[in-house]
Amino acid sequence: MKSIQELEAIRKKTLESINLRKDTEGTRIVVGMATCGIAAGARPVLTAFMDEAAKRNLQHVVVAQTGCIGVCRLEPIVEVYQPGKEKVTYVKVTPDMVGKIVTEHIVNGNPVTGYTIGYYEAHSK
Amino acid sequence: MMMKELSLHILDIVQNSIVAGATLIEIAIKVDHAGDWMAISVSDNGRGMDKVLLSQVESPFTTSRTTRKVGLGIPMFKAGAEGAGGSFTIKSTPGKGAYIEATYQISHLDRPPLGDIAGTLYVTVVCNDTIDIVFRYTVDDAGYSLDTREIRAVLGEDVPFNTPEVSQWIKNELAEGIHSLNGGV
Repeated sequence: MKSIQELEAIRKKTLESINLRKDTEGTRIVVGMATCGIAAGARPVLTAFMDEAAKRNLQHVVVAQTGCIGVCRLEPIVEVYQPGKEKVTYVKVTPDMVGKIVTEHIVNGNPVTGYTIGYYEAHSK
Repeated sequence: MMMKELSLHILDIVQNSIVAGATLIEIAIKVDHAGDWMAISVSDNGRGMDKVLLSQVESPFTTSRTTRKVGLGIPMFKAGAEGAGGSFTIKSTPGKGAYIEATYQISHLDRPPLGDIAGTLYVTVVCNDTIDIVFRYTVDDAGYSLDTREIRAVLGEDVPFNTPEVSQWIKNELAEGIHSLNGGV
C-alpha cells in the first residue's frame, strides 16, 4: 500500500463527524450478494451506492451487503431501511437507477415507486 | 449460468467465508504468463467444514442457505476452472477454516477474464470492516498487496471503513495498486 500516510489525515478529519454519525439512527441500504445476486449484476449496483453515498458525503447512510433475499429471479435486489418507516424493496436494480434512488428516496424521503417490488409484481403480468 | 468474470467468483466465494464466521480472509491471485497459468485462492479461519459437508459441497444440491435448496457458487467455480484447462481444490479442517484454489490456463478460450478485481475488493473490504482481509496479487515478477490490518492500525477502532473519505481512499488505493501491475488477464 502506497498512500497509507494519507489515512492519518483522513482519520483526524473524520473523527468529529464519526461521533455525530454514532448518535443518530441512520438509513441502511442493503444489497443482496449471494450467488444469484452477484451473477445478476449486484456488484456494480453495490459499488454505485457506495460511491454515491461517499460522493454526497451521506454520513447517516450505511451501505451493506447481505445473502440471498429469497426472490432470485428479481435480483439484483436492494432493501432500504429507515427508522420509523416501512422497508422499501427495489428489484432488478441497475447502476443507472442508483442516482435516482439516492436523490429521491435517501435524500428527499420519497421512494421511487416505479422501481419497487410491489410495482414490478403488479405490472409484469 | 456462469459468472462473467473470475473476480465475481472471488466475490461469491468470499461470501462463504463471511457466513462461516471468518475473522481473517486471504485472497491470492498469481499470474504466470510464461507458464500460461494462473491461480486464485481464498483461505479463511472460519468454522470450516466436516468431511461429510466437504464431500458434498461441490454438488449443486448442497447449500447452507435457507431460502432455497441449491447452492451454485462452488460448483460453478469448479466447473469454470476445470473447463479452462485448470484444476480445483477445496480443503478444510472443522473449526480451523477452509481453503479453495482454482487454477486456469491463461490462454484457454473458455477462461473468463479476471474482470473488475478492484471492485470485488472494494466492496468486500468496505462492507466487512470487522473482518481482516489480506489481498496478494502477483503478476510474473511484480506484486501488489493490501492488508486491512495495516489500514485499521492507522485509523484506530473509531473510524469505520465505510466513512466516505475512507471508502474512497480504499477504492483509489486498490485501483492504483492493481493498475500498476497492469495484469491484463
